[in-house]
Amino acid sequence: MAQTVARPTATTPAVPAKLPLKAVAPWAVFFGILMLVLLYFVGAEQGATSVFNGTDVHEWVHDARHLLGFPCH
Amino acid sequence: MNSATVRNLLVRGMLAGLAAGVLALIAAYFLGEPHVDKAIGFEDAHAHEHEVEVVSRSLQSTAGLATGVLVYGVAFGGIAALAFCVALGRVGRFGPRATALLLSGCALLTVYVVPFLKYPANPPSVGDPDTIGERTTLYFLMMLLSVLLAIGATLLGKRLAPVLGTWWATVAAVAAFAAVVGLAYAFLPAVNEVPGDFPATLLWRFRLSALAVQTVLWGGFGLAFGELAERLLTPRPEPAARRRAVPAAR
Repeated sequence: MAQTVARPTATTPAVPAKLPLKAVAPWAVFFGILMLVLLYFVGAEQGATSVFNGTDVHEWVHDARHLLGFPCH
Repeated sequence: MNSATVRNLLVRGMLAGLAAGVLALIAAYFLGEPHVDKAIGFEDAHAHEHEVEVVSRSLQSTAGLATGVLVYGVAFGGIAALAFCVALGRVGRFGPRATALLLSGCALLTVYVVPFLKYPANPPSVGDPDTIGERTTLYFLMMLLSVLLAIGATLLGKRLAPVLGTWWATVAAVAAFAAVVGLAYAFLPAVNEVPGDFPATLLWRFRLSALAVQTVLWGGFGLAFGELAERLLTPRPEPAARRRAVPAAR
């Protein structure tokens, strides 16, 4: 057992290098929020809350909302 | 260098999300739309007054559906790529491809299946417009709770691994996740607004097709993004090996 651990072979690939969290954080904050805004417009706009007046956004993505599992009217 | 890697992975995640969105769109159109149409037929047969159509059915079921599913795919692809950047090398002895598929499976479970089991997808004509605020809050709360619990369970598993070993630490973390999700199911209010005479088989098939759309989306994303990440992160076979191979072939 100790031998196999000490000598990694071709069948036991090395663990990939970690990306430092400091490098990930700015991307995660900025794009994370941007992606959540996109999801809001697909999933909830003009349902419980509205940024824009009317029902155009809701009606346009109506079928997607139902089939993606979001609560819809 | 590392920041550039994150950027490259993010772009690939969004592209893989778009590709997975196309597959999910095909599933949604062919598996889901027939049930949506039948449910709308039920709605029309029962409605006393007909609503003014803002967007025609033929647009809703094609361009509208495509917009929703593709944006959903790109958005979740981006988020999943960022989660991948954190998970890579931190969740066990998995290469990029296996990490991506594992992450996709966990995302399907936590982002969709766990909320779905409490608040399942509903076809048109199921749902009271007056309760949309409450239902939206509960659905997003369940989704957020599930994701946070999954992150918590992953951290718990990592903590327990040196003590219990990887296998039992994973079992314990999954059991803890399931236990707290069970508590949430028990204490969060139930929602049932299915009309008494709505066809049960139609409801069941609609929900199965909604589950199929998500399975196709996350399965497709895991495979596509895993391949792109593997190619980006794994060094290509050394040119030296090729140079040696060429004379041997002659």
